[in-house]
Amino acid sequence: MSATSFVRLLERVGAQGEGLLAYLGGLGYLALDVLKHTFAGLVTRPRIKADETFFQMVRLGVRAVPIIFLVQLLVGMTLSFTLAPVLSDYGQLDKLATVISKAVFPQLGPLLASVVLTGFAGAAIAAELGTMVVGEEIAALRTSAIQPIRFLVVPRVIACILMTVALTVLANVVGTAGGGLVAYLVLDIDPWQYYHTAINSLIIKDVATGLIKGGIFGFIIVIVSCYEGLSVTGGAGGVGRATTNSVVRSIFLIITANCAFTALFYFVW
Amino acid sequence: MSETVEPILEVRGVQKFFDGRQVLKDINLMVAPGETVVVLGPSGCGKSTLLRVIIGEHAPDAGHVYMWGEDVCCASAERLDRLRQRFGVLFQSGALYSSMTVGENVALPLREHTDLDDQIIEMVVKMKLELVGLRDFENLMPSQISGGMRKRVGLARAIARDPQILFYDEPTSGLDPIATSVIGQLIIDLRTKLGVTSIVVTHDMKSALRIGDRIAMLYGGEFIAVGTPEDFRNPTDERVRQFVEGLADGPIPLRVSKTNYLSDLLGVGQPDGQ
Repeated sequence: MSATSFVRLLERVGAQGEGLLAYLGGLGYLALDVLKHTFAGLVTRPRIKADETFFQMVRLGVRAVPIIFLVQLLVGMTLSFTLAPVLSDYGQLDKLATVISKAVFPQLGPLLASVVLTGFAGAAIAAELGTMVVGEEIAALRTSAIQPIRFLVVPRVIACILMTVALTVLANVVGTAGGGLVAYLVLDIDPWQYYHTAINSLIIKDVATGLIKGGIFGFIIVIVSCYEGLSVTGGAGGVGRATTNSVVRSIFLIITANCAFTALFYFVW
Repeated sequence: MSETVEPILEVRGVQKFFDGRQVLKDINLMVAPGETVVVLGPSGCGKSTLLRVIIGEHAPDAGHVYMWGEDVCCASAERLDRLRQRFGVLFQSGALYSSMTVGENVALPLREHTDLDDQIIEMVVKMKLELVGLRDFENLMPSQISGGMRKRVGLARAIARDPQILFYDEPTSGLDPIATSVIGQLIIDLRTKLGVTSIVVTHDMKSALRIGDRIAMLYGGEFIAVGTPEDFRNPTDERVRQFVEGLADGPIPLRVSKTNYLSDLLGVGQPDGQ
């Protein structure tokens, strides 16, 4: 490699790194702004819009229930089919519920619920806010002295975090039950025995870390999608790009955060 | 404008660049309370940019904008919000909130910034919509009404809180002649009856002559003429004359490309036309 092409490579890496830092910085600023407006909205007027928050919870979360139910049921069943032969080989088939619940509650439940929600809620938020930017609605809000962060972003953030946690609970239960369904129908394991094994093998840490991660992933989804939506430029194409970016970047950040938090909980809890 | 009157709005030495291109060059403007100033100019001359700088949407690269003596450009977010509660803006597209009905759009500034109860708000909404002739459309969504109607609803929303200054971005473009006349009359009425100060950005010559107390013509990022409608009816500047009379030939070219047409067409020569 010649010296100039090496310098060019360095320049490119540097530019990419700078872009990444600027992006993360932008997300950080938005997150801080959201926190500021949320706390201000709790203690002073204008208050957080409860009806808007509730509307967003229904729109972003409740409508995702069927798809998350189905996805998680299938994942639980698949896990059961995959793990049963291995456990059988070791004569440990009665531990199936343990393995499945230990996989679902701290990991697969929050992870898959939030990945599905990224496509469901994240894309919707980015497209909606992006269209509002293009239609000058955001500028109109600002010039009416209505802060878009307080008016639009805060209700979505609260709704998305609450619903990701709630959907994580659903995903956990359905995922483990999906494994139990295969255990009962195919492997002849008594459902009560499966249930009791699962309950007894779960410790508080498994459940709590799963829910904490669910909340964090919800925060990632909503901050990324709001940021992408609000920074749209260039019309319909820009809205499309923001929607795609919000899904891809949310999923990447969720998986990165999952790894980081799993490691953290491994060491400190 | 009398020298003794304190200006309600003052633009001092404003410059604005986009990607190295200077869009506004040293703009100065004083607006007295109750005055209607029309900023006139061909498309792409920087009118809307100037408006956005004045209302605090864009920060100028140099210069200052003062409203009620307060610097818009350096104001904190809280101060700026307090200023924004005292002026209204009509955007070119109307910029209605697409998820709310026409009535909710007009009601929003009242709901957000006042303690008025719902009955009063509803009454004010009906009054404002009646002013723009759209009272029967209160329960429709913005997507269900025409572009011209959206603009009129945008105006009803801008005047919902009885602002002291109103900014209009192309208030009459895309409107039929009757609606144009109604909006023009409304701007005049707001001034004569309520003493509202108006800054109107437009390229509609007829409206400009009708509603303006003063007209400032923006071309190439600077004011090339400032005067009364009477001055504009008999312009001395050739560029102003071309614009006022709507002539195709004159010092203001339609084409703004810097490259040589022939070499661009044939794909020869330097990309920058040299």
